[in-house]
Order: sequence, then C-alpha cells, then structure tokens
Amino acid sequence: MMNQRVTEIWVGAFVAAGLAALFMLAMRVSNISAFADDEGYSIKARFENIGGLKVRSPVSMAGVRIGRVADIGFDAQTYEAVVTMRISGTYSTLPKDTSASIFTAGVLGENYVGLEAGAQDKYLKEGDEIKITQSAVVLENLIGQFLFNKAQEDKGSGSK
Amino acid sequence: MIDWLQKLGRGGLSFFERLGRGNLFLFHSLMGIPAVLVKPGLMIAQLYSVGVLSVQIIAISGVTVGMVLGLQMFNTLTDFGAEESLGPVVALALVRELGPVLSALLFSGRAGSALTAEIGLMKATEQLSGMEMMAVDPIKRVVAPRFLAGLLSMPLLAAIFSAIGILGSYFVGVGLLGVDSGAFWSQMQAKVDLYEDIYNGMIKSVVFGFVATWIAVFEGYDSVPTTEGVSRATTRTVVHTAFAVLGLDFVLTALMFGDD
Amino acid sequence: MNKPDDAEVLVKIRGLSFSHGSRVILDNVDMDMQRGHVTTIMGPSGTGKTTLLRLIGGQLRPKAGRVEVDGKNVPDLNHDELYELRKRMGMMFQTGALFTDLSVFENVAFPLREHTRLPEALIRDLVLIKLEAVGLRGARTLMPAELSGGMARRVALARAVALDPMMIMYDEPFTGQDPITVGVIMQLIRRLNDLLGLSSIIVSHDVAEVSAISDRLYMISNGQVVAKGAPNELRESSSEWAQQFLNGRPDGPVRFHYPAEPFEKDLMSAA
Repeated sequence: MMNQRVTEIWVGAFVAAGLAALFMLAMRVSNISAFADDEGYSIKARFENIGGLKVRSPVSMAGVRIGRVADIGFDAQTYEAVVTMRISGTYSTLPKDTSASIFTAGVLGENYVGLEAGAQDKYLKEGDEIKITQSAVVLENLIGQFLFNKAQEDKGSGSK
Repeated sequence: MIDWLQKLGRGGLSFFERLGRGNLFLFHSLMGIPAVLVKPGLMIAQLYSVGVLSVQIIAISGVTVGMVLGLQMFNTLTDFGAEESLGPVVALALVRELGPVLSALLFSGRAGSALTAEIGLMKATEQLSGMEMMAVDPIKRVVAPRFLAGLLSMPLLAAIFSAIGILGSYFVGVGLLGVDSGAFWSQMQAKVDLYEDIYNGMIKSVVFGFVATWIAVFEGYDSVPTTEGVSRATTRTVVHTAFAVLGLDFVLTALMFGDD
Repeated sequence: MNKPDDAEVLVKIRGLSFSHGSRVILDNVDMDMQRGHVTTIMGPSGTGKTTLLRLIGGQLRPKAGRVEVDGKNVPDLNHDELYELRKRMGMMFQTGALFTDLSVFENVAFPLREHTRLPEALIRDLVLIKLEAVGLRGARTLMPAELSGGMARRVALARAVALDPMMIMYDEPFTGQDPITVGVIMQLIRRLNDLLGLSSIIVSHDVAEVSAISDRLYMISNGQVVAKGAPNELRESSSEWAQQFLNGRPDGPVRFHYPAEPFEKDLMSAA
C-alpha cells in the first residue's frame, strides 16, 4: 500500500518525539546528570536534631552537591538521629575528620547536609561515621531564644 | 422500600456482571498480544491513529498549560521573592500530576472515544461477526493491536505533554517575565528527582494508558450494536475514563508520594 | 421425500432449542441440509432464522440439542476446533459486513492473508478469480463506501468463497435490493453452488426468488418448523402456514394483530 510508508514514518517520528521528551525530562529537568545511584558509597552521621531534613535531601560540600540522604533512622539508646548519606563515587577523597552540619537553604528553604572537609589524609569509606556534627538550627528555637533573651533584658533594665 | 432494594440489587448485579465481562475481555486481549507482536504491521497502523493523531492536541494543551502555570506561579512566587523556584514548581506539577492526568483525559477524548466508536461500529455493521465467521478472532485481530498501541502511546504522550509544558513555562518565565535562565534550569534539576518524580510520573501514565485503553476497547466491544448504543458507549468511555483516571491518580499519588 | 443418507447430510440439526432470556426463539428444531443442495429457511421476520445461522456457525450456544456440521457437533467444539471448522464455512451477512477501512481487493484477500502464507502474486490471482466470478474484477480498487448495496453483497460473496469453503450461509441476501440485483445474486448463489460444489443455506423471506433456486425449503414460525419440502411440494401442500407465507396473505396462522386483550374490552377500560 502507498500510505503504509507514510504511516510508518509518522509513527517513527511519534515514537522518536516521545523518547526525546523522556530524554529531556531525564537529562535536562531532573538530576540524573549529577548521579547514578548504584555507584558511590554510604557514610553515616549522628545529629541531635535534624530539623526538616528528609530522605533524598541534598548533601553538599562547598556548595556543590555531592550526594544525598539515603536513610534517616533513630537511635533509641542515645536519642539521636542517624542519617545515612549516599556520596557519589567521584568524590571518594573526603577526609576522615570531615564535619557535617544541617543547613537551611534560604530562610524558608529546604534543609540539606553541608559537609566541611577536615585535614586528615585518610579518607572516608563505605560505612564510616562522621564524628563531628552540628544539628539543624530550628527556627522556632531560635525565635524562642531571642524572645526569651529580650524579655530577660527588659526585666533587667526595668529593675534598675 | 423493597423496590428500592431490588433496584439496588439489580444495579449491583449488572455492575459486577459487566466488571466480570470486562476482566474476561481484558484477559483475552492480553492473550492476543503475542499474536500482534508477530504481525507488528497491525499495531503500527493503530499507533498512527491512536498516538500520532493525538500529538497535536497533547502538544497544544501542554504548551498552554505550561505557559499558564508559568504566569500564575510567577505572580505568586514574586510575592515571596522566590521567582527562581518557578522552574521546579512548574516541572514538579507537570511531571508528577498534570502531565499524566491531563494527557490521559485528552487521550480518552481524542483516541479513546475514537476507538470505542470504531469498534462499536464494526460490531454494528457485523464486521466483527464476519471476522469471526472467517475464523479470525476479532479480539486478536482488532482489539489487541489497539490495546497495545494505546498502552505504548500513553507514556510517550505524557512525556511530550510534560516536556512541552516545561518549555512553555520557560518561554513565559524566562522569555517574557525575566526569570534567570540558569536559575530556572538549575533549581529544577536540584528539585526534580529522576526516580521519585519522573519515573513515578511515567508509571502513572502507563497505568492510566492501560485503564483508558481498556475502557475504550471494552466499551466498543461490549456496546449495543445500534447507532444509539455506539453513541452511548462513546460517551461512557470518556466519562468512565475520567473517573478511573482521577480516582487512580489519588491512589497512586498517595502510594508514591505519601510517605514523603 | 425419502430420508437422506447420513453421509449426504452436511448439517444435521436435532432437537435444537435456543432462548434469549425468557423468550423462546427456537424450540426443538430438526433439520437436514444435504451436500450440494441449496437449502432455504423461510419464515416471518423475527422468528430466529438468523439465530439459526449463528448457531450453525458456533457464534451462539444452544440451550439444548445438537448441531452437527460435517459430522462434528458444533457446541462441543473448543475454540481452536471451532475456528478450524469455520475456515470451511463462508457466511454472507445481510449488510455484507465488508471491512470499511480496506479496499474491495483487500477485503477479498483478507481471509487468504489471515489463513495462508501464499505469495503475494498468488493471492492477487486468487482474489481476481473470485472477483471475476462475481463480476467485480473492475471494482477492485474501490472502497466499500463507494459500492452500491448489491455490489457490496457480491464482494462479500467473493470474500466468503475466498478460502473455497464447503458451505456458505446467506443471511437475507435479497433484502432491500432492486429486481436486477436480486436476479444477479440469485444467479450467483445457484451458479457458485453448482460450480464450486458447495452447499448453501439461505435465510430469507423473499418467497418467489428463493423458491426458484432452492432444492429444499424449511418454514419456521414461532421457533418451530411448520412446513418443509421441495418448493413445488410446498406450494401444493395443504399446510396453512405454507399457503399463508407463499401467497403473502396478511392473516392466517401468523396473526395480523399483535396479541392483545379483546378490542371492546380495551376501549371500554378507558372510560
């Protein structure tokens, strides 16, 4: 048939367009370019308070995203949060004494784990734990503290 | 009171009877798929009428929805000084929800209703019976290729919808309203997760494609073979698909994004 | 008529009953259709003639009874056996049932393409032979929408004989056609039957046409065989059914009035 060919060409174009759209979604829209999940290694860190940190939150060093939070657990003995992070295999030279803190991107942004490199020449391996950690700054606590201090100040100045 | 109960009972029985027939029909259609793979020519023709002919409406709707989303979100986000979040907001809305759901609804209006009408008319004009008497199983020859074509087309159409929608919002946000182009993409890439968002969105569209095509071909095959019967069946296809897609979307969303 | 030998009977129906919901359509029907014969089933509209064809073709399942085609009881066959049997049956539907998205040529080629792996050149030859037989070789590129009703039926006939079946069933082949077309189709049915050594079963209510080409007639009414025999036998029979139907009398065993309560009572009850 004559239009069989035309039909097939159109179908081919359609499938190609669909795949191109999928490819664009994968490469341009999502973060696939930064990570492939299977390679890389996991490290752990304990925090007193993780604030709004979630599984899949970013892990970054010097502002560059190098991994993500893979799991969040709770240690019933120490009452601490145990955060497992998956770090991309390209960044395999994080010093042993690297410290981890939980930051907030912008005032109302999402929480992320920021790593700061230490000075040792031994590197973190699969399953290692980061010893030096700083908990999330919880905005409510901060405001509470501020108000409390303010009240104390007012009280102090009032009694004078 | 007793009459009412009887009505309820009859309604329930006929509902389950239809459901049973639908499942049996689905089973036969799936059994017919290997035969289609042997003769892919049949499916190519259906991919054309189901897929290619739906691209136009999908693309136009996608770009419109993307542009409107871009405009509306920009206005809201500016109040918080967070215009840079335009990219992720639009991308997440499209990839997670609007892409799969809207393209499924458009698909059922464009392709599903056509499938129902086509199969229904083939039944009304005894073409299906004729085929049966020529020892050709109409479920294998007519239904299965259409079913497979719908199943394959839907995820591709949803991807096209989302991708074009994002381009539309890029055009409005970056081109017209002055959002920084780099921030638009980088924020999007930071927030949109391949597995969590795109993969799950695609699963949704596969499920919707399955349901929408199933409803369309079943309504056609099960229609009363008269002019009125076919027109009713066509309407039912669109309405039932809308219910099914919206209901399933809620369930799937709860399953996929609920524990976040 | 003497009882036909078993080997000569192609379709043997015994005690066949079928009902649609609570409505009885066929009730304990016995029929014999001989090889090489044109057997016609006549009867008023809505008496289950088409249902009978569908039962023979295995598209419907009877409530009771046997439908033996070429020695096989159709309701007992499984899916594959039934489809195997159908390859040897042709059926021409009332409307032709041509595939509207295929050309005349492709419609006739359809069963060949589906069931054989013949090379394209051979398929072409076969299709042209069948189309020539119905006089439509020149119309092979037309689409079904471009055909007249009579032409569509002839194409359907060509398609029905494409696989060289042992029998063909015709569902109301003459309904709604002009006299010339009726004549053409009549000729075709008889000629194909004799030339190709087929057996034909016609369902019709066009008395004159059908009795001219039939070897044997069955008349059914209210789901039962009310008269049977060769056309000339029937014409001379004393059966009221046969007389009413063959002569087209408005009233007789088949009532003009739809069953109702007495007219006077109906009129009075409104007051």
